[in-house]
Amino acid sequence: MDLDAIINQAQAQINQAQDGNTLDAVRVEFMGKKGKLTDLLKGLGKLSAEERPAAGQKINQAKQQIQALIQARGDALRSEELNAKLAAEKIDVTLPGRGLSLGGLHPVSRTIKRIESFFTELGFETKTGPEVEDGFHNFDALNIPDNHPARADHDTFYFNPDVMLRTQTSGVQIRTMEVEQPPLRIISPGRVYRNDYDQTHTPMFHQVEGLMVDKNVSFTELKGILHDFLNNFFEEELTVRFRPSYFPFTEPSAEVDVMQKDGSWLEVLGCGMVHPNVLRAVNIDPEEYTGFAFGIGVERLTMVRYGVNDLRAFFENDLRFLKQFK
Amino acid sequence: MKFSEKWLREWVNPAIDSQALAEQLSMAGLEVDGIEPVAGEFSGVLVGEVVECGQHPDADKLQVTKVSVGGDELLDIVCGAPNCRQGLKVAVATVGAVLPGDFKIKKAKLRGQPSFGMLCSFSELGISDDHDGIMELPADAPVGTDLREYLGLDDVTIEVDLTPNRADCLGMRGLAREVGVLNQLEVCEPTIDPVAPVIDETRNITLQAPDACPRYLGRVIRNINPSRTSPLWMQEKLRRAGVRSIDPVVDVTNYVLLELGHPMHAFDLDKLDGDVVVRMAEQGEKLTLLDGETVTLQDNTLLIADQNKALAMAGIFGGLESGVTENSQHIFLESAFFAPDAIRGKARQYGLHTDASHRYERGVDPQLQRTAMERATQLLLDIVGGEAGPIVEAVDESHIPATRQVVLRNSRLQRLLGLGIAPDTVTDILRRLGLSVEANGEEWHTTIPAYRFDLAIEEDLIEEVARVYGYNNIPEVAPTARLKMTTHQEQALPVDALKQVLVDRDYQEAITYSFVDPKAQACLFPGREGMVLPHPISSDMSVMRLSVWPGLLQSVSYNQKRQQGRVRLFETGLRFLPDADAPMGVRQEPVIGGVITGLRSPEHWDGDDVSVDFFDAKGDVQAILAATADSARFHFVAAEHDALHPGQTAAIYNGERLVGYVGAVHPQHAKPLGLTGKVFVFELELAGLGLKKLPQAAEISKFPSNRRDIAIVVKEDVSVGDVLSCIEKFGGNQLVGLNLFDVYQGKGIADGDKSLAISLTLQDTTRTLEEHEIQAVVDGILAQLSSQFGATLRD
Repeated sequence: MDLDAIINQAQAQINQAQDGNTLDAVRVEFMGKKGKLTDLLKGLGKLSAEERPAAGQKINQAKQQIQALIQARGDALRSEELNAKLAAEKIDVTLPGRGLSLGGLHPVSRTIKRIESFFTELGFETKTGPEVEDGFHNFDALNIPDNHPARADHDTFYFNPDVMLRTQTSGVQIRTMEVEQPPLRIISPGRVYRNDYDQTHTPMFHQVEGLMVDKNVSFTELKGILHDFLNNFFEEELTVRFRPSYFPFTEPSAEVDVMQKDGSWLEVLGCGMVHPNVLRAVNIDPEEYTGFAFGIGVERLTMVRYGVNDLRAFFENDLRFLKQFK
Repeated sequence: MKFSEKWLREWVNPAIDSQALAEQLSMAGLEVDGIEPVAGEFSGVLVGEVVECGQHPDADKLQVTKVSVGGDELLDIVCGAPNCRQGLKVAVATVGAVLPGDFKIKKAKLRGQPSFGMLCSFSELGISDDHDGIMELPADAPVGTDLREYLGLDDVTIEVDLTPNRADCLGMRGLAREVGVLNQLEVCEPTIDPVAPVIDETRNITLQAPDACPRYLGRVIRNINPSRTSPLWMQEKLRRAGVRSIDPVVDVTNYVLLELGHPMHAFDLDKLDGDVVVRMAEQGEKLTLLDGETVTLQDNTLLIADQNKALAMAGIFGGLESGVTENSQHIFLESAFFAPDAIRGKARQYGLHTDASHRYERGVDPQLQRTAMERATQLLLDIVGGEAGPIVEAVDESHIPATRQVVLRNSRLQRLLGLGIAPDTVTDILRRLGLSVEANGEEWHTTIPAYRFDLAIEEDLIEEVARVYGYNNIPEVAPTARLKMTTHQEQALPVDALKQVLVDRDYQEAITYSFVDPKAQACLFPGREGMVLPHPISSDMSVMRLSVWPGLLQSVSYNQKRQQGRVRLFETGLRFLPDADAPMGVRQEPVIGGVITGLRSPEHWDGDDVSVDFFDAKGDVQAILAATADSARFHFVAAEHDALHPGQTAAIYNGERLVGYVGAVHPQHAKPLGLTGKVFVFELELAGLGLKKLPQAAEISKFPSNRRDIAIVVKEDVSVGDVLSCIEKFGGNQLVGLNLFDVYQGKGIADGDKSLAISLTLQDTTRTLEEHEIQAVVDGILAQLSSQFGATLRD
């Protein structure tokens, strides 16, 4: 059998092979110990010394050729096999994934957290205080003596004449200043309570109180920090106005309004310079120190920020409402 | 305080429109709440006179009139109002007139009779709700005049929400002064001349409580004509201030109240027995007030009395018996100064709030009483006639607030405001405010006018200067402070971190009211009393919570009723545990609590859709505890709790300290709490968790670890927690891993027994463990399990 015929025969068999085993059988048939090419190589001894090199070279070439064919066919077969396997493993990647989804914080908490982050960055420390409060911390020390008309405005939930649910977070100012000396920078978020329940009032709501006391804290600085805060909170340059107002524990006092899209003003917080009587109540000399304080209505800001229309939604805890806040 | 803009402009008339005026007031601290037109929009309505008035031939309730509106011809107008009569001055909407609501008046025929217009009621013109017949204009109303012009209806009512310190603006006089200051205009005050007495009758006045009432003026006026009515201009001003016209005497006292901000009171002279005494009430004394209510007085209440009885609650409310009526012919007028401290809180004490108490508790000008008396007398004489006696003034000057002197330092002004204002500007502002000022460049020595009784200290003046200077003209500056680092404790365990654990585990945060339904709370915590709110919003919000569970479970019920079957909620906040030893009688403990119900995971195409059980809740609790980086300090012990299922409740301990519970809500509570399906709750006291553990890195062994699985059989009531603790305890240093991977009961295991499959991972830091060493540890453990729990190796 001549060499070309062997190559042709091998090629035909290689091409017919449909799996690795068949292909290996082909390899053995031609190149194994008793293979057809091996036989030819063994027959070289019969040739003359002159003929031998050329004939040997030809056989070796044929061997390499067949080997290459086997290699190529093997690669092709493995590739097909892999592709078939991959095709069988195809899934619909658009099916939903498995496992728990993510919950979320209450929108009021979210707002408080943001406010905290703005102020802690400026060195304000977060303080909390009791919600059942005594008359000294909720009123007296804040320059709201018994029978002051401002008390009547507070719709206080009393347990007895000296124990009540706090009507404002300002009491935390007092509790802090009782034990710490200036310079002081604190904010105090939390629940406050007023006996009022209608479309725009819930008997419980949240405030964030802020206080800064130092040697030369001024009204210009109060204006600066609050305008900065509001711009940051709403992430836009807002038109803001400071409107004179009255709180017994600050003087001068102001309410802060922001201009809404329709040009109307929305009151968002109250603030002022700490009243000297408040500083005296906690043994801080008002001649040496001055301070500002502010109280932010959390629900109001949250409603504007996230387009919540009904205050009462905050405390119904309807999952369909809460789940919008991730 | 509501007032007519036109009235204000009689006093001071700045060249700005209503909107700008409102804006100006708001920006001066007198917040304008609203501006309302005093009448509806209408045109073509004239003053007319009913010249003829006869019965409609074909309609019982209609009258046919001829009305003069000043032209040559009389108008035929059909009118249905019963008070329509000949000679009456009326408001005539002529043909072509447009009434509020764009209602056009046209020629018409009513039951066959032609009608060229309409006679109007107050309500038809949007002036008031009064639709009781047609308007009756005064007899001297000029026929043919446009009604808007005649009544001055091109006016608005401005409502200002005054802060408690600005009681000086609870009257036109104060408001006008303020507007004058802001616009740098002089205020044109009405001249109030003393009324010369024409009779000499007086009543003696005794001040028995001169600290509460240091000044009381009284005046007798005899022979008034009670059948007169108040003039239209007065009625209109009262109406625009939200005050109903009653009768001339009441109207005049109300008018002076609105004009000068000073409350007045009028008594029926015939009801007074002898002298007038201003004294404190006797405890238990009775007084019937003008509204007919009889109150039992407390001895902290100031009274106006005569020699025999209480007449009125001073500065708060008049008495019924001594009050003027439509028959009173002789009156006794009161104009008094009551000290704010004597009045504050007293009206509230009796559930009252009146225009007088509102002013007296905030303060009135202590020098204004005589002016108010003269003003009221003059107005009364003008309207109802009569003969005035001389004014009797009882006064104790020692209790009249002294004239105040306040020093304002320029240094203080600059320091507090953070800016320098030109001294001349400051002087000007103070003077415009009515203060007498002596300036020396560094300080202003001021004398405060009596009507600014709110100004007492330097900061009051700083606020006044800033306010008039304009808050918006004060610049904004970033605060400066020393860059002192605040303390940060790495081991702190902020509640935010715990909240995040639950958020990551698919919980939504809830915020529920701190006061809950006592029935729900009693159900969960029988025998434990929460703090009761004496005046709650409603009975189901009347007791302070002992736990976040009542609120959370109510939220579960709320959501289940809205087709939300899978609920995972948590809340942080205080619980309020009454404790006589705690400050204010209550321990206010921060907690984190949660509730789960429904499917473990959201319903899923590949899932097995199982409902949550105890171990889901416990797993979430363990995740929270893991945030301490020291789960080993906590252990769970089978426990009982009234709120929870007796067989599915664990108490959670940090060492010896009970820090919370986790468990299934007791099935018997499901119905009363409106719950469906199995619900699991937990609550942890935050203070009980302790600090976060600071990591101390141990060396990682370079040698291979070996795992041995053991399966042991124990009685089913043996607690697995105890078994695992025992293994941990006796495993020694080489035991580096321990895991329970199966619990089995059933075929192959005797009834009452259970099989536990546990993996042990052993490793040494210095060498590779030999087989016999490993076996020795395992044998040691098995020996302990056998002796402590009777555990046997499973076959």
